[in-house]
Amino acid sequence: MAKVNLQDVRKVYPNGHEALVPCSFDIPDGELVVLVGPSGCGKSTLLRMIAGLEEITEGQLTIGDRVVNHVDPADRNIAMVFQNYALYPHMTVAQNMGYGLKNRGLPKPEIDQKVRDAADMLDLTEYLNRRPNQLSGGQRQRVAMGRAIVRSPDLFLFDEPLSNLDAKLRNQMRIEIRALQRRFNTTSVYVTHDQVEAMTMADRIIVLNKGQIEQIGTPSQIYGSPASTFVASFMGAPPMNLLSGSVGDGVQIDGGIAVSGPSPQGHTGPVTIGIRPEDVEPSEAGVLPFEVSIIEELGAQRLLHGEIGGQSFSVAVPKDQNAETGTMKLALKPGAVHFFHNENGRRI
Amino acid sequence: MAGRKALGHRTHDGEGTDHVKRSAFKNPWLPILLLVPQLSIIAVFFYWPAGYAVQTSFFLQDPFGFGSTYVGLENYTDLATSTNYLDALKFTAVFTTVVTFFSLGIALLLAVKADKVIRGARSYRTLLMWVYAVAPPVAGLMGVMLFDQSRGNLTQLLQSFGWDFTLGVSYWDTAFAMMTVSVWKQIPVNFIFFLSGLQAIPNSVREAALIDNKSSMGRFWDVTFPLLAPTGFFLLIINITYALFDTFGIIDTIVKGEPGNNPMTLVYRVFVDGFRGGDLGGSSAQSVVLMILVLILTVVQFRLLERRIHYT
Ligand SMILES: Nc1ncnc2c1ncn2[C@@H]1O[C@H](COP(=O)(O)OP(=O)(O)OP(=O)(O)O)[C@@H](O)[C@H]1O
Ligand SMILES: [Mg+2]
Repeated sequence: MAKVNLQDVRKVYPNGHEALVPCSFDIPDGELVVLVGPSGCGKSTLLRMIAGLEEITEGQLTIGDRVVNHVDPADRNIAMVFQNYALYPHMTVAQNMGYGLKNRGLPKPEIDQKVRDAADMLDLTEYLNRRPNQLSGGQRQRVAMGRAIVRSPDLFLFDEPLSNLDAKLRNQMRIEIRALQRRFNTTSVYVTHDQVEAMTMADRIIVLNKGQIEQIGTPSQIYGSPASTFVASFMGAPPMNLLSGSVGDGVQIDGGIAVSGPSPQGHTGPVTIGIRPEDVEPSEAGVLPFEVSIIEELGAQRLLHGEIGGQSFSVAVPKDQNAETGTMKLALKPGAVHFFHNENGRRI
Repeated sequence: MAGRKALGHRTHDGEGTDHVKRSAFKNPWLPILLLVPQLSIIAVFFYWPAGYAVQTSFFLQDPFGFGSTYVGLENYTDLATSTNYLDALKFTAVFTTVVTFFSLGIALLLAVKADKVIRGARSYRTLLMWVYAVAPPVAGLMGVMLFDQSRGNLTQLLQSFGWDFTLGVSYWDTAFAMMTVSVWKQIPVNFIFFLSGLQAIPNSVREAALIDNKSSMGRFWDVTFPLLAPTGFFLLIINITYALFDTFGIIDTIVKGEPGNNPMTLVYRVFVDGFRGGDLGGSSAQSVVLMILVLILTVVQFRLLERRIHYT
């Protein structure tokens, strides 16, 4: 167990591509941090630098109380779970899990014991003598987890470990990984581009965009007060509605539709107005004229897609509420309206 | 847990593909018809001469071409007592071992080094492949020139180390030249196979090893080498076959004209005894022995290839 600190860590690939602008953050002991962002935003790059698989161009990385910039991956006392599991194809499950321990010079009985304990925990006992190619995807995933656990590392690193599994298994493994992490209380960095995984697993989320940290916060902070339009539209399904409007004498959506509620402090002129689909409800007394064109059934919910003042807008209503296409009025729930700069997208 | 077990079957799709293969041809005569050209070529150019060689090996040929006498197994028993033949046998064993070992070893070393530098660079491979395109007699000729007694560059180099190199005079000097040229000629093929074998190892597996094992030698022997083993087995057979048979051109160029006291392999001996010595019967017997050797090698090769573990 250890805390992790990044101080102005930057990555420029040899071809000159700056995959990560200098960024700094702390991961307290025992916390699970999720790195989330769209494809190519630098999540894996950041994770691989922490693992020591990629050189750190600038800045300082501390694990525990050691600066590890130039420490071998094998000496960082970390364990990594790869997207495609990266099991050794020629070794049995038991050998796969024990390989790291063997190289640390642990006596064989001790290795066997640890491997058996981990296999027990992960329901792998009957597969210990099989090769990876004789296992299902889910079982391979477990072996990869087992290989990480047996080393009792200071830090778990996960690079999209569930993205090769089907949806059902993914949900199950997500819960299991979280439970294991809690149980060992091992500091973890978890990379994903799936915002549901991010929201459900994280103690804290780091949202990355184009090699830059957009926001760091707990899932509810990220969801409740997104720091930018990027975070607002990336986190949440369906994403937050973003409408262009202006602040002057009260708040207006383009087309002269007045929005009730408080207006942002010390800001006038054009603005981006953000409203989550579930923060409005159809109501006779509503102020927003909503033109519904498509209704999507999701089972537990119903999504109404349409326009407000010519800008596209979506509303989520509970399944027991009737809906039909045509015009309706929407009322805002308290605190529903977010304001962002219309140019740089930052929260106001 | 039932769900997990059910998943176990999904990756084994082997039966499915077999099924498709079997039902590909409805009419059993069609595949046979399609095979006829191939089979007749094999029959004319392989089975017929092979059968002829077996037949000839039981006869003693008149040196002037006037008929032949049946001598039973005499040609074979003669082989077992011929010092020339036993020398060639011993030399072939040494030659094959040395050539196989060094051409595999050097190629592997080069491939590992190249893989580190050029993950993905193609031009380098093509460049190395050129050596493969050099015909064996040309390679032999280059060897003769490089090892030439008075002007050879390598002779001069060896002389500067105090080795008085005499190609075609000293038995082991000649052998050395043969081996060097043979090894040199075979390295590119091995290199290409090893390199693509190395590049087929997933990056993430290497990285997992990087986290698990600090020593790069340890990683090589524990992870890289076993994953290359299928390629290695395959190349081993290919190289033995090469050293035994395909080095004919090289040897022929180096010992040309004076086979007398020079080292030679079994295959070259067949040629020398049959066409220079006019002993068609004895030469045929040698061919038959070689055929049996090839047969054994082929069986071993198929066994290994069959058992080759497919890691996926
Ligand atoms: N070896 C490399 N050389 C040059 N550029 C690279 C290299 N590896 C990655 N990049 C670039 O750096 C950026 C970040 O890559 P990275 O793999 O970290 O993305 P990611 O966030 O993990 O994406 P994904 O979700 O698709 O895995 C990408 O634009 C990528 O093209
Ligand atoms: Mg990635």
